[in-house]
Amino acid sequence: MLELVVFSLLNGLVFGLLLFMLSSGLTLIFGMMGVLNFAHAGFYMLGAYLGFSVTQQVGFGTALVVVPVVVGLLGALVERQGLRRVHRFGHVAELIFTFGVAVLITEIVQFAWGRPAKRVEIPAFLDFPLFRLFNASFPAYKAFMLAVSVAMFVFLFVILTRTRAGLIIQASLTHPGMVAMLGHNVPRVFMIVFGIGCALAGLAGVIAGPVLGTFPGMAQVLGSIVFVVIVIGGLGSLGGALLASILIGIVQTIAVALDVSIGGALASMGIGLGAGGLLHELGSVTVAQIAPILPYVMLVVILIVRPTGLFGTRET
Amino acid sequence: MSKTTRVFSGVLVLGVVAWLASGAVSQEPIRIAYIDPLSGPFAATGENGLNQFRYAAAQINRAGGVLGRQLEIAPYDNKVSPQESLIQLKKVTGDGIQYVFQGNSSGVAHAISDAVLKHNQRNPGNRILYLNYSAVDPALTNDKCHYWHFRFDAHADMKMAALTDVIKANTRIKKIYIIGQDYSFGKAVAEAAVSMLKQKRPDIQIVGNELHPIGKVLDFSPYVQKILASGADAVITGNWGADMVNLAKAANDGGLKAPFYTYYAASDGVTAAIGAAGIDRIRLVHETHPGNPTPPKALSEYITGYRKLHPKNDVNQPRIHTGLSMLALAIKKAGVTDVDKVASALEGLEFTNLGGDQVVMRREDHQLQMPIYISVHTNKGIVHDLDASGFGLSLEHKIERDKAVQPVVGCKMERPS
Repeated sequence: MLELVVFSLLNGLVFGLLLFMLSSGLTLIFGMMGVLNFAHAGFYMLGAYLGFSVTQQVGFGTALVVVPVVVGLLGALVERQGLRRVHRFGHVAELIFTFGVAVLITEIVQFAWGRPAKRVEIPAFLDFPLFRLFNASFPAYKAFMLAVSVAMFVFLFVILTRTRAGLIIQASLTHPGMVAMLGHNVPRVFMIVFGIGCALAGLAGVIAGPVLGTFPGMAQVLGSIVFVVIVIGGLGSLGGALLASILIGIVQTIAVALDVSIGGALASMGIGLGAGGLLHELGSVTVAQIAPILPYVMLVVILIVRPTGLFGTRET
Repeated sequence: MSKTTRVFSGVLVLGVVAWLASGAVSQEPIRIAYIDPLSGPFAATGENGLNQFRYAAAQINRAGGVLGRQLEIAPYDNKVSPQESLIQLKKVTGDGIQYVFQGNSSGVAHAISDAVLKHNQRNPGNRILYLNYSAVDPALTNDKCHYWHFRFDAHADMKMAALTDVIKANTRIKKIYIIGQDYSFGKAVAEAAVSMLKQKRPDIQIVGNELHPIGKVLDFSPYVQKILASGADAVITGNWGADMVNLAKAANDGGLKAPFYTYYAASDGVTAAIGAAGIDRIRLVHETHPGNPTPPKALSEYITGYRKLHPKNDVNQPRIHTGLSMLALAIKKAGVTDVDKVASALEGLEFTNLGGDQVVMRREDHQLQMPIYISVHTNKGIVHDLDASGFGLSLEHKIERDKAVQPVVGCKMERPS
C-alpha cells in the first residue's frame, strides 16, 4: 500500500510537471497576447517528430538544444507573417487562424513522417532504473523530465519577474501604448514571446515523445488537457499553470489507484441503489474508471466557483 | 414520321441503350466498399488495411478476376465513428455497391450491422452484404447476428478460449490482472477472461479487472503501479493502437516483469514502438500463422510480395486475403453478383488460407471457423519481421480448429424466403 502511495505521488508529480512543460508556453502566450493558441499542441507534435529525426541522425543532446530553437523560429515566423496580420480582425480571426495552423501542422507532420507511430527510444544514458523501491522501479528518464520541468519554471519565473526584459514583456501586456511610446517595439516583443512559447512546446515534445508516444494523434490527445490546465490555473498565470498541472497529475494518478465506487461507498453507509436500475449502473462506476475524465470535471467546477482560475486575474 | 416508325425507332433506341448498358455492366469491375478510418488517429491502421485489400484484389484479378470481371476496392473514410460510418454506408448504397468490408472497432461494426439489416429489410430488391474482417465482439455473431453479416476473424471468445487454454497449462500463473479499453470489445474480453478462467483454472485469482477510457490515457504508469501492487503473474489486455504501446512502455519503465497476453500488440507501429521492451513478454492471440520461425510457403510469398510494394507496412491481417478470396469464391460459385445468392454460397464455404489451414464459414451464425495461434514478440528466429523493426511474432502454440470452436449462443437467423 505504501509503495502504491509513494509511486502514485511520484508518477503524478512527473506527469503533472510534463503537463506544465506543455502548458507554460500556452499560458505565456495567452497572458501576453490574449491569443488562445490552438496550434500549441501542434508545435509540441512538431517538436516530438523533429526530436525523433534529430536524435536518430545526431543524438538526443543535440535534439534537446536544436529542436526548441527550430520550433521557436517557426513559431516566430507564424506570428510575424500570419498572426500579426490577422490580429487586426480581432480575437475570433486569431482563434480560427491558430486552429487552421494546428490542422496544417498535423497534416504536414503526417505527410513528412508517415502515419504509423514512431519508435522513439529513451536515450541510452538515461535508460536505467534510478532506484528500486519494493518491487517497482523509478526510471532515470522520469527524474530527468522532472528536473527539466522545474528548471523551465524557474527560468521563466526569473525572466518574467526579475529581469528588465520581463518588465517590458509584462508592461506590453497591460500598457502596450505606453511601452511603445517609451521606444520599445511591442510587436517584436509579441513575436519573441510567441516564439519562446512555441520553443517550450517543442522542448516538451522532444522530452515527452519517448514517454507519451510519437504518433499522429498525439496533438489531439494532449490538446484538450493543456487547455484544462491553463483555465484551472488561471489564464496567463505561470504559477497557476504549475499548480494546476501538479494538481491534475496527482488527482489523476491517485484516482486510478482507487477502486472505490460511489455505489460501494453508499452501500457501506447503508444506502442501496437498487439492483439493475440506472442508478445502480452509475453507482457501480469506480473512481479509477473515471480518472481520465476528472480534469474536465475539475474544469467545470472551477469555471463555476472561480471563473478566473486559481491564480488568474481575468475572467475566462 | 408515321406512328409505326416512331414506335419502331423508339424500340430501337431502347434496345441499343439496353445493349450498351449490358455490355458496359459485364466489363465493369465488381466494386467492393472498404469503410474504415483513413484520417485521424487510427489512419495508419485503416490505410494499411486498404493496401492489403488492394493487394489481395490484385492477386485475384491477375488470376483472371471473378466471372470475367475485375475486383475494385472503393475506400470510404469513417474516422472510426459510428455516425460517420452510417453516412458512408449511405454513400456506398448510393454508389450502387453491394459488398461492404469493415473491421476497425466493434462499436462501428454494430452500427453498420444494424444499418445493413434495416436496409435489406426495406430494400429487398437491392440488398447489401456486410463482410466483417476484424471486429471481434462476440455479440455480432451471437445475439446480434443476422443473415447479411459474415465474420472472417475469430471473435473475442474464441481467442480468449485459446489464451486461457495456454494459461491453464502454465501452472506458474496464480494471479491475473485484466486491463482494457472501456467499450464493447474491452468489456467482452474482460467478461470472457473472468468466466473462462473460473472454469479452466478456478485456483487463479483475478487480482484486477480494470477498464480505462479508450484513447484518453496519456500516462499508463499509475495503471502499471496498480498491477505491480496487485502482485499479478500475468496480464490480459485487449488494448490496441497507442493504448497498447503506451501500456507496454509504462510496464517496461515501471519494472513490471509479468507476461502480457494481448490481442493487438503487433504491427502498425506497435511492434516497433514496443521494441526490446516486449521480448518474450508480449504474447499475441491471432488467426493465421505468424510467419515465424518457419513460414508456410504461400504466406511467405504473399508477405514478400506485399513488402516489396509497401516496405514499411505488414501483412498484419491475413484474414483480409481470406475474406476477399472467400467472397470471390462465393460469387464464382453463385455465378452472379446477386447478394442473396452470394450470401447463400458463402454459407458453409470452405477455403485454404495463406497459412495452409482449412477454414469454413459456419452456417448457423456466419462465424468463420479456424485454428488459433499464440505467438510471442521476439527478435530471435524472425524471418518476416513487423514494422521493419527486426522484431516479429514467433509461433508458440497452435489451437486446432476443432479445439478452437465455440458454441452458437443465441443466434436465431432469419433467412430470406
